[in-house]
Amino acid sequence: MAVDDSRTMREMVAFTLGKAGFEVLEAEDGQAALAVLRTSPVDVVITDLNMPKMDGVTLIRTLRADPKWRALPILMLTTESDASKKAEGKSAGATGWLVKPFDPAKLIDVVKRVAG
Amino acid sequence: MNFDHLRATFFEESAELLESAYAQLAALAEGRSDAETVHALFRAIHSIKGGGGAFGLDRMIGLAHVMETLLDRARDGLVTLDPDLLALLLRGTDALSDLLSAERVGEPAPEGLTEELIQQFHAVSAPSEPAPSPRTDEPQEAVGEGWRILFQPHAALFRNASEPLHLVRELRTLGPVKLSVDAGKLPSLDRMEPEDAYLGWNLTLEGAVPRLAVEEVFEFVADDCDLRIEPLAPAAKEKFELDERKSPSAVVQGDAVPALRSDANAPAPQSVRVDVSKIDRLVNLVGELVINQAMLMQVGSALPPDICPGLIGGLETLSQHLRELQEGVMAIRTQPVKSVFSRMPRLVRELSAQLGKEVRLVVTGEMTEIDKTVVEQLADPLTHLLRNALDHGIEPPEQRAAGGKPRQGTVHLSAEQRSGRIIIEMSDDGRGIDRARVLDRAKERGLVRQDAVLNDSEIDELIFLPGFSTAAAVSEVSGRGVGMDVVRRNIEALGGRIAVESRLGSGSRFVLSLPLTLAVLDGLVVSVGAQAYILPITSIVESLRPQKEQIHDVIGSGQVLAIRGAYIPLLPLHLRFAVPDAEPDPSRGIVVIVETDRAGRLGLIVDDLLGQQQVVVKSLEANYGPVDGVAGATILGDGRVALILDVPALGGIGPVRGASQTITIPSPQPPSH
Repeated sequence: MAVDDSRTMREMVAFTLGKAGFEVLEAEDGQAALAVLRTSPVDVVITDLNMPKMDGVTLIRTLRADPKWRALPILMLTTESDASKKAEGKSAGATGWLVKPFDPAKLIDVVKRVAG
Repeated sequence: MNFDHLRATFFEESAELLESAYAQLAALAEGRSDAETVHALFRAIHSIKGGGGAFGLDRMIGLAHVMETLLDRARDGLVTLDPDLLALLLRGTDALSDLLSAERVGEPAPEGLTEELIQQFHAVSAPSEPAPSPRTDEPQEAVGEGWRILFQPHAALFRNASEPLHLVRELRTLGPVKLSVDAGKLPSLDRMEPEDAYLGWNLTLEGAVPRLAVEEVFEFVADDCDLRIEPLAPAAKEKFELDERKSPSAVVQGDAVPALRSDANAPAPQSVRVDVSKIDRLVNLVGELVINQAMLMQVGSALPPDICPGLIGGLETLSQHLRELQEGVMAIRTQPVKSVFSRMPRLVRELSAQLGKEVRLVVTGEMTEIDKTVVEQLADPLTHLLRNALDHGIEPPEQRAAGGKPRQGTVHLSAEQRSGRIIIEMSDDGRGIDRARVLDRAKERGLVRQDAVLNDSEIDELIFLPGFSTAAAVSEVSGRGVGMDVVRRNIEALGGRIAVESRLGSGSRFVLSLPLTLAVLDGLVVSVGAQAYILPITSIVESLRPQKEQIHDVIGSGQVLAIRGAYIPLLPLHLRFAVPDAEPDPSRGIVVIVETDRAGRLGLIVDDLLGQQQVVVKSLEANYGPVDGVAGATILGDGRVALILDVPALGGIGPVRGASQTITIPSPQPPSH
């Protein structure tokens, strides 16, 4: 599932992973992501950090607090300017991270690394 | 989906983000901001940067980055966004907008501006942060025969849902891997904590693999494990230890709970993006249904009421539901006028700076919704009107002060829905229309006769005539001729009308009245022989049955109608469309006076008026081919097809060749109906 308030980024992720054979769900913020997770099985979450309504770090914390999602791999999409955010996301329970703008091949590698 | 599609999404979204950025900046400037405002502004710029990065728009990223840095500092309360900083952010947003539009059409962006702005942002948000360097390939270290990897995960690694198995699998993609488990730390069962981590692995990776590639596999877990990566060959370089024991802080339950609850109570508004063509198909289908229902109604009402008593009642309920359905479907196509209104503040800023005027723009009703196509087509006419208002309407500050007005001029832009139409008004408190000068100008240009006597509103109307130009006011901003005729034509092409009210010395007000949708039209149904035609209500001035004495033959130009001191060329529709068995004598038929582009006012000769109704517009071009003078077709309640006339384009062809616009003459004749 791609979680990002930017449609461009979501479609970018969906496009890249779609070509690699993944099925990608989209959500535009943390709240929407939780709604999707309630109804659809998801193997990996790729989330932006800076989003309205519910940001990425809160989403990660919320998921990790729920035993159901404890083993769900979560990747955060960060930019170079939020290095401290990365640490925050990591300590909230993010499995890995990817720096925007990402290299499509790298995205596929990283998804495979955390989700098998 | 392909790459072009992604690009399109990016530009579309960036435009929305810029719109949002402008809105937040306006809120900040007007002091109606809250904590969320700067965040939203930051996010908008941040998202533009993120998207731009994906498309390699380096100059844009550089600028967005420094803007983001400033906003980040503002967010953290390190700087206060004073008017100077806001102005700088506005200029930055303007530049982003320019860079994006240049990129969109594939033109080189203007040089210099971006770099200068970046310097200015650096100057205000010291300590400066380096702009992100363009992506470079990481240097590849010289490699040996392979690596020995000692990997001892901590509990934190599992808490973050990392899976050692996946890491081993990824290592395997680099080369053959041998591994053995190190169970040395495994305690006896009674002392084992189920959530703690005890097992380690000794891995051997063979092959000429760069160290960086190995490190990359463990990138995410490096902080959550003991990791040693050593070259297999004895020619070892420095030892590499990534053994910082930094255990992550525990997940705080209390933080997460409220977030979950708020999610459950307030579900986010959902939206779906739909291709416009799908909506149009729906609009079309509903149109068919409406026509069908009208036909059924007509058949039903022709039956004796006792044959099927429930029929009419049922049909009426159906008609009511259909109307609601139609409104619902139309509403899908609508969008707030905000998307075009939000471009105006920038125009005002730039123009007032350029003209040395002080102007405040007040916008109201920007959430008023109107058909998407209409919104898109409004940008040009509104821009034109605004340019005119600033250039010709609002006086320079000194002149205003001398005239007892505030130095700062005000332009109001508003939108509202009024009785099934959208009314857009643009008013200014400037000098108003100088009617004496307008009239002189029109006479000079031969648009009215030298001895013409016109009332105020007739004079105001002159500015909409093609070829009218107040040469004294030609300037760089409005260009030559101002082109109010073009504005009127644009508005009329949308089925709208434009009117002007003005008071010398106190300002002008332009009122645009637009239909809610282009798919349905208010029409007058007229008959010509056995045919029915639809005339759009908006283009009709009046209709009358003329007296014989009012009809005059003009050699070479057919006939004209004399009415209230004006001669209006007549166009017999039966000749124009070659309809047999029509009434050839205008004094026994009806003359409908309409407003056209090519021939000014024109009197259409028809047999009779059948009634006024809403008709569903069907494209003739899509089903047959373009026909000059015909805008489309519709199906009437009785099943007949009726052509919808393209009234603004009528005239100029057919028997009234060479007709010119109405010439108003001073000697009034008694009006006749």
